[in-house]
Amino acid sequence: MSDELVETKMTARDPNDGLAVLEKQSTTAEAFGIPLAVLAELTHRCPLQCPYCSNPVELDRASTELTTAEWNKVLSELAEIGVLQVHFSGGEPTARKDLVELVQHASDVGLYTNLITSAVLLTRDKIAALAEAGLCHVQISFQGSEAASADRVAGYRAAHQKKIQAAKWTRELELPLTVNAVMHRQNLHQLPDIIQMAVDLDADRLEVANVQYYGWALKNRAALMPTFAQLEETTCIVEEARERLKGVLTIDYVIPDYYALRPKKCMGGWGRQFFNISPAGKVLPCHAAESITGLQFESVRSNHSIAWIWQNSEAFNRYRGTGWMPEPCRSCEFKEVDFGGCRCQAFALTGDAGNTDPACTLSPLHQQIFKQAEQEAASGSNRFLYRNFAGGTLEPSDDGA
Amino acid sequence: MAGPRHISVSEASRPMLPRHTKLKFDETRKVWVILAPERVLAPDEIAVEVLQLCDGVRSVAGIVDDLAAKYAAPRADISADVVAMLQDLADKGFLTEAREKTP
Repeated sequence: MSDELVETKMTARDPNDGLAVLEKQSTTAEAFGIPLAVLAELTHRCPLQCPYCSNPVELDRASTELTTAEWNKVLSELAEIGVLQVHFSGGEPTARKDLVELVQHASDVGLYTNLITSAVLLTRDKIAALAEAGLCHVQISFQGSEAASADRVAGYRAAHQKKIQAAKWTRELELPLTVNAVMHRQNLHQLPDIIQMAVDLDADRLEVANVQYYGWALKNRAALMPTFAQLEETTCIVEEARERLKGVLTIDYVIPDYYALRPKKCMGGWGRQFFNISPAGKVLPCHAAESITGLQFESVRSNHSIAWIWQNSEAFNRYRGTGWMPEPCRSCEFKEVDFGGCRCQAFALTGDAGNTDPACTLSPLHQQIFKQAEQEAASGSNRFLYRNFAGGTLEPSDDGA
Repeated sequence: MAGPRHISVSEASRPMLPRHTKLKFDETRKVWVILAPERVLAPDEIAVEVLQLCDGVRSVAGIVDDLAAKYAAPRADISADVVAMLQDLADKGFLTEAREKTP
């Protein structure tokens, strides 16, 4: 008899892509199975305006969103092809009036459901209805531990207080809770308090997720980029807390890859173990992929099945495996470790998604970009560009806090 | 209130999977899986057999008796293995105990 449980490694470090395949540790880069978990972005509508939002700068309008019937069909199809978990996200997924219905349908077809939410629209009754419909886990994002500064980041009055209340209801209703704390230069000093807040809320997990710089966050990089000293201190705080809170709180930690030596294994490799479905029904290799112009993404509204799109579509095959790689990736010993980093970041910073991710020290552009980020961290303005459907709104004054 | 978050497994325990942890046969991959927040675990056959018996009613002692009889193995060995396996799951937050008032 063995007490062994094979735990699939959590390879991805981005808060939205903590996904894995059972066909783990494949030796060939080309191997890919049906993902175990899929991110369903139900809407891009959101009452918050966080300047680091991971949604694309070009947001899907409400009129383009999949209908309830279309989402139900998608959920059934996902279950049929072997997806086990679905993360309902957005935008703000609770802005969809049919969320309870969608969770119920997902449960009915055997999917394990997770809600990734800002929580400001949740009531106790709504959480209870979601739990009744079979919801398995709730993840609530926090902008900090201090109400005034957190509300400023969210661009939403009393957001923090509402989140705290929703988190308490979540635990009262016996749903497991993950606190997702998005960290940047202007709130990293709150980290010890945020860790305590997660403990006080009786959370199971805390994600200390440094902002990743694409889309909205890239536009706000000067206002958000931490200093190297801040980051070193953060790492110490996380390590100390992990030791102290063993068995009480699990802490996942994501550093901004500008300060790493090697790029992150973004999405576990393009088209290898992750896809998400956008509000309008596009099947995407990552939630930022639409920022790469020139790639055509197939829709669940097309005549193709989701499995066909995953296995055969041009966009998924374009950067799958290692065959597409230029130097210095092509001959790099880490090419099957990080799969060349992030395509969206390569596109955003170099103009070509097929280039080496500049987060890698082996990229010819790394030094220049790292230096620029360091300068921004040291002297950047704290003023935010808020996320909205109008292409962003600049914060009124420069001394915001 | 919920059952205790962190349990110490003994023969007297009456363990069960918490509501957010599901044991399921994955028809696509033909393996049993445990689904938990942000995690998918692949338990081995014996673990699956034990977990299927963890219904919050049976005690660990009862489960060990059944397995010892079924596999004609020394009871003490089975007990040590089962308790260790369940404790490991409990430490990861994937196992709880029936509440006091469960009939």
